[in-house]
Amino acid sequence: MYLSNLMNTSLLLSGIEVGVHYYWDIAGFSVHGQVFMVMWFVIFLLLGASLLGTSKLQRIPEGWQNFMELVLDFTTEIARNQLGESFYRPWVPFISTLFLFIFGCNWAGALIPWKLINLPEGELAAPTNDINTTIALSLLVSVFYFYGGLRKKGLGYFKRYIQPTPILLPINILEDFTKPLSLSFRLFGNVLADELTISVLTLLVPLIIPLPIMGLGIFASSVQALIFSTLAAAYITEAVE
Amino acid sequence: MDSLISAASVIAAGLSIGLAAIGPGIGQGQAAGAAVEGIARQPEAENQIRGTLLLSLAFMEALTIYGLVVALSLLFANPFTS
Repeated sequence: MYLSNLMNTSLLLSGIEVGVHYYWDIAGFSVHGQVFMVMWFVIFLLLGASLLGTSKLQRIPEGWQNFMELVLDFTTEIARNQLGESFYRPWVPFISTLFLFIFGCNWAGALIPWKLINLPEGELAAPTNDINTTIALSLLVSVFYFYGGLRKKGLGYFKRYIQPTPILLPINILEDFTKPLSLSFRLFGNVLADELTISVLTLLVPLIIPLPIMGLGIFASSVQALIFSTLAAAYITEAVE
Repeated sequence: MDSLISAASVIAAGLSIGLAAIGPGIGQGQAAGAAVEGIARQPEAENQIRGTLLLSLAFMEALTIYGLVVALSLLFANPFTS
């Protein structure tokens, strides 16, 4: 591509790389290796934090356990606000995992200087700036709200499609496709937009000026994690109510 | 790459993000204005209003982001070039 070649020339201080990946071939599939590396890093970080928080449980929490309880309270609140007092409990693990994983991914991309590690191709960044990651997450949400609805109401769940009137049937079916689409595009676009803005700004002015935008990016990416999990909870609510 | 296609893609990318920013810009302004009004009337509800405002702002921002996704796919993953 002419444009991406132009953007990747060594004349520029900071290359802008979109659509350049470090491919791994695993059992006939070519996967984006840079996404996997950062994702595993985030997963181990989250696993480590939760193991550390639950290893020495005390009645009066201290230190790390205290912090993890605070985090769990926050994510439980997301689920409770959407799903209501009587339904929320079984969905807390799912919503919390979504929130923490996306939050971890976004912040890992924004806070850790991955540029110091050189890959043969592509660069390490937030895993959520790859559309495959966000589509996987949003399809997971789709699967789970279908599961929740079917489990709660059995086949009566499909009555939802002809309510309030059967005329709305096509729109109701369409909604099942637009939900994961908008979820994935929102997250992908926001994270990628943050990173692109920062790299374009560092290209123009390498010092100081990009800092406020980086701060904004960190704030926006945490809001995106909150929104993704809130919407997941809202979709599940629609299905189980 | 065909120079006509690349020129058209660049213009279209600029237009897609620019036009997509108009509506959400107006909407976000109105939402923020209404939120400020609400806080001025009821300062004790500030936290709740802020939470709702941020959530709805992100929804509106998503519309611009769709424009951005189109622009990015035109620039970096253009399907009309071989």
